Amino acid sequence: MGLFSKLKEGLSKTRDNIVSGIDSIFSGFSSIDDDFYDELEETLIMGDIGVRATDEIIEELKEKVKENKIKQPMECKQLLIDTIKEKMDLGENAYDFENQKSIVMLIGVNGVGKTTSVGKLAGHLRAMDKKVIMAAADTFRAAAIEQLTEWSHRTGADIIAQSEGSDPAAVIFDSIAAAKARHADVLLCDTAGRLHNKKNLMAELAKIDRVIEREYSDAYRENLIVLDATTGQNALSQLKEFKEVTDITGIILTKMDGTAKGGIAVAIQAEYGIPVKYIGVGEQVEDLQKFNSEDFVNALFDVHLSDGE
Amino acid sequence: MAFDSLSDKLQNIFKNLRGKGRLTEADVKAALKEVKMALLEADVNFKVVKQFVKSVEERAVGQDVLTSLTPGQMVIKIVNEEMVSLMGSETTEITIKPGNDITVILMAGLQGAGKTTTTAKLAGKFKEKGKKPLLVACDVYRPAAVEQLQINGEKQGVEVFAMGTSQNPVDIAKAAMNHAKMNNFNVVILDTAGRLHVDEDMMAELQNIKEQVTVDQTILVVDSMTGQDAVNVAASFNEKIGIDGVILTKLDGDTRGGAALSIKAVTGKPILYVGMGEKLSDLEQFYPDRMASRILGMGDVLTLIEKAEAQIDADKAKEMEQKLKKAEFDFDDFLEYMGQIKNMGGIGSIMNMLPGMGLGSQMKNVAVPDDAEANLKRTESIIYSMTAKERKNPDILNPSRKNRIAKGAGVDISEVNRLVKQFEQMKKMMKQMPGMMKGAKKGRFKLPF
Repeated sequence: MGLFSKLKEGLSKTRDNIVSGIDSIFSGFSSIDDDFYDELEETLIMGDIGVRATDEIIEELKEKVKENKIKQPMECKQLLIDTIKEKMDLGENAYDFENQKSIVMLIGVNGVGKTTSVGKLAGHLRAMDKKVIMAAADTFRAAAIEQLTEWSHRTGADIIAQSEGSDPAAVIFDSIAAAKARHADVLLCDTAGRLHNKKNLMAELAKIDRVIEREYSDAYRENLIVLDATTGQNALSQLKEFKEVTDITGIILTKMDGTAKGGIAVAIQAEYGIPVKYIGVGEQVEDLQKFNSEDFVNALFDVHLSDGE
Repeated sequence: MAFDSLSDKLQNIFKNLRGKGRLTEADVKAALKEVKMALLEADVNFKVVKQFVKSVEERAVGQDVLTSLTPGQMVIKIVNEEMVSLMGSETTEITIKPGNDITVILMAGLQGAGKTTTTAKLAGKFKEKGKKPLLVACDVYRPAAVEQLQINGEKQGVEVFAMGTSQNPVDIAKAAMNHAKMNNFNVVILDTAGRLHVDEDMMAELQNIKEQVTVDQTILVVDSMTGQDAVNVAASFNEKIGIDGVILTKLDGDTRGGAALSIKAVTGKPILYVGMGEKLSDLEQFYPDRMASRILGMGDVLTLIEKAEAQIDADKAKEMEQKLKKAEFDFDDFLEYMGQIKNMGGIGSIMNMLPGMGLGSQMKNVAVPDDAEANLKRTESIIYSMTAKERKNPDILNPSRKNRIAKGAGVDISEVNRLVKQFEQMKKMMKQMPGMMKGAKKGRFKLPF
């Protein structure tokens, strides 16, 4: 029990000392020394950036500090922000799928918010006056189809569904046929949550991917992996396995309205170069936002612990 | 991505330190740096890691190294012990009231943690135990959450109490209690909506339910893949609504599950079950020691250390070492040594458990011939066929005595001769042991073969 109490003490101490925002770290030190870098390291790791990417970022920062002969911690604040922002660059074509005939597939492990994200994305596209069809290819989880149907009512997007337990690749096949017949702008595909170490489920996803390639080859493809912002280093393992099956073009980082920083996205960018395109900040249709690296980096350093004291 | 295993890293650090009797501060620091990395890569919270490493360091510096272990293994042993003691040393069950008294269980957690699925899984467990569970659909927010519980309840053959999505969850819970009393249900499980721990309104709703209904067990459902934020989530839920236990979900993935340690450290509440799959039967008992190994990412080495500890009496081993050095080694000692090795599961199993010494590695050829296990038995029977005097004084073995021994053991006399010769060679070898140890890697267990 000794450890518990010590830890609690530690946590509450941190709570007392908090100056919100990125400035807290930089104003708390008078010189750039090992303690300063240790504090930075701690903040980055606490944001789920992971040991490896954190080391990388700090090494880069040290170099830049040396190059520019910087002496004051406050002066290297912008350097650090830029270092991370550079890493989180979206590229110019991030949202190209919005303006052409496209098929967007959402994949990920269980419970990250795929169905909700499909619904929100549909709402977002409907607001742009696009013709949207949603494919209910999560045929496994109880009531997943009902959940997506509700989103179809809310957003006015069409839904193509079969019964629970049917072949998800067949649902996708039907949906593509419908998208062609109805001249849909965007076809959004919800898929079942699957843990990336389950061979059969990954094979099922590969089949869906093949059906899309074969049946809808003229559509622009966007494959988004949905990640829960609270996820830790395991997300790297998820990325690695899902990437084997389909070409992932972006990340939707959900549940960013909690206290989790979603720093794992930085680790993923560093390791695989896949950008975050959307963040989820709530349960309403409008709570899916396009990614803004400035806000993201600021939030990373916004050290607030539970209950906002 | 594959992380180098902690055991391999530690082996490298201690490559040049074998045979030390005591853990120095420098040794411990070097080892704990790797332990720290391993824990962070497993998503144990940074602050928890810092405290943990500090307490291990305090305990480890100056410790005597068990004769049967290398310094690296000694550090791991201490790390593991601290970890298991932190995780709780035994499995914990959900306390259920006897007979027809109603036990009320409230399920809470973030969105997508797996509450609804876990609720149905739990109901199955209670049903197996002869209880009559009632599931209550209090998630009125997520589209189709009620339907999900209804479908899962039906699959489990358990009744689901639902009032649609237009009622207040507090009222639903109250009505469900009446329904349970009228219809003789004895376990009521309230499935609530996923909510963020910082969402004041939603947290107040849970408080309300607990005020209006007597909840016996509040269970926090946590995704085992959760990262650093697990401490914030667990601490907030515990502070605001009070939790009695935790269920970790999605542990059938490949996550190391460091969140388990973080949660235990900040709340002190036990982990009750782990979700191990999508089937409604996939809910398993939680074993703290297994979780500790998983987080450290080094199950086998720990098993080996445990075995070495349990089977080799540290003092005896020391005594043996002295004897070896003085070359007082006789056949009785030889027998004892063999007994210890057998207790540890035989030479083969020991070799396989050592990091970097799996099948096919060169060490295997150097250290143990393939038929070592069979030879061990024959050797044993030969020694057992000797008189006490012969065992103490191998020098008196003449051809006539050897002949008698061979007959007694049912072997050819040439085998007896070979054993005696091997024994003499070994004795000679033992004298040079300290030098030998550094050369041949097998020194770690001081195998005399």
